[in-house]
Amino acid sequence: MESGFDYGIILKSVPYLAEGLVLTFQLTILGILGGLVFGTLLALCRLAPFAPVSFIAGTYVNFFRSMPLILVIFWFYFLVPFLVGRPVGGFWSVTIAFIMFEAAYYCEIMRAGIQSVKVGQVYAGQALGLTYRQNMQYIVLPQAFRNMIPILLTQAIVLFQDTSLVYVVGLGDFLVHADIVANRDNRLMEMFSTVAVVYFILCLLGTLFVGRLQRKYANE
Amino acid sequence: MNKTDNTAPSTETTSGVGMIRMNDVSKWYGDFQVLINCTTKVDVGEVVVICGPSGSGKSTLIKVINGLEPFQEGEITFDGISVGDQATNLPKLRSRIGMVFQNFELFPHITIIDNINLAQLKVLGRDQDEATKRSMELLERVGLIDQMDKFPAQLSGGQQQRVAIARGLAMDPAAMLFDEPTSALDPEMINEVLDVMTELALEGMTMMVVTHEMGFARRVAHRVVFMDEGRIEEDCSKDEFFSGERGERAQEFLSKILTH
Ligand SMILES: Nc1ncnc2c1ncn2[C@@H]1O[C@H](COP(=O)(O)OP(=O)(O)OP(=O)(O)O)[C@@H](O)[C@H]1O
Ligand SMILES: [Mg+2]
Repeated sequence: MESGFDYGIILKSVPYLAEGLVLTFQLTILGILGGLVFGTLLALCRLAPFAPVSFIAGTYVNFFRSMPLILVIFWFYFLVPFLVGRPVGGFWSVTIAFIMFEAAYYCEIMRAGIQSVKVGQVYAGQALGLTYRQNMQYIVLPQAFRNMIPILLTQAIVLFQDTSLVYVVGLGDFLVHADIVANRDNRLMEMFSTVAVVYFILCLLGTLFVGRLQRKYANE
Repeated sequence: MNKTDNTAPSTETTSGVGMIRMNDVSKWYGDFQVLINCTTKVDVGEVVVICGPSGSGKSTLIKVINGLEPFQEGEITFDGISVGDQATNLPKLRSRIGMVFQNFELFPHITIIDNINLAQLKVLGRDQDEATKRSMELLERVGLIDQMDKFPAQLSGGQQQRVAIARGLAMDPAAMLFDEPTSALDPEMINEVLDVMTELALEGMTMMVVTHEMGFARRVAHRVVFMDEGRIEEDCSKDEFFSGERGERAQEFLSKILTH
């Protein structure tokens, strides 16, 4: 190993690292959006008055919450091509794995969010003649979502970090690209410090943003 | 007073056309019976005030009328439509009954004008212009047109409750239900809400009002219903009620709230 901390290698590999970071962001954003939509549907099912529906949703959630994410990633990597009948590529199998996994967590967050909306609001919507669906759509979910924004964002930060697990199926995210450079040029120190700093700054920004939102809602 | 009886309705409630009819209604929360054989009626244009001690079932009585709470026995009809019937389209029925709550229950995430517009757009199918026009008329009427773009939290309790009344009226309801509309308000705001309600009553709106504001009852009520422990103990004309022809429990209750 060469001596000294070589900043040059960091600068030189910026484009390659950025390419990895783009994948990290793509996975994070798709995981959040897909997980949120699917998770909200699951939450609605869990709260449905029809027992079999809430049972199935509950089982799904408990199942995924007891699985390590890395196992789910592996599992979908082999399962999805098998189900679809053709190879789908690492990216899509991993994206689906994240969505399915995150949905279990978002479901519980949204369920708590829905229950945080005062029953009087539900009555008010019903009394105006809104149907169950309209009441959810226009009254309950917007408030549930708003009440849960800080927790949803915290979960998003966790997902952002967890996307680094995609190395197991050979996808080149931020960490993997840094690792490749580190090993190729024998610059482990430089590259892993860079990775740490970037993760730290991004997560810190996210956390500060969450804190600001929390204070904003606390004042209302 | 009339201990109500299904076969022979009381003389006070046989005149006029029944908008709300409640016949021998019972409701349980688990083992606990909240409503015990309640029978009453509200005619078109009639204002009925409901009073009674805390926990006597007044809110529950109001909520079973538009099906916000289910009931197990008896029958309720609104404008001839059975509320308890499985086949009844409850959202549609509810859209014809305005309801005002103790805690206003404006939707906190949308503006005042949107609060009043929402159900007009989504339930009545009015277009944006039509709905906004109606909402503005009503805001003008309750004296809050200058607040239309604010959010509920920016308004005082009295203002919020007036918006809530406007929101109910925007549906052009056949009757209005009020559940203690002034009891969450600071004393200086009570009158601004009662004034709106008085005006509404004088215009002939059919109203059922849970309240302990006996001044309001004296001014505009046609009938007073007194509830105690899930039962309708008194159901009589305002004059009878205030002239002292009332049972012991009602007497005791009245003397308590009047000395406060
Ligand atoms: N969801 C519920 N589950 C169980 N019991 C309930 C429920 N809602 C109300 N009750 C009970 O039913 C009784 C009647 O309640 P209700 O709210 O109708 O009384 P009220 O006359 O409106 O009282 P208040 O003047 O305090 O508003 C009370 O004893 C209350 O504890
Ligand atoms: Mg009550």
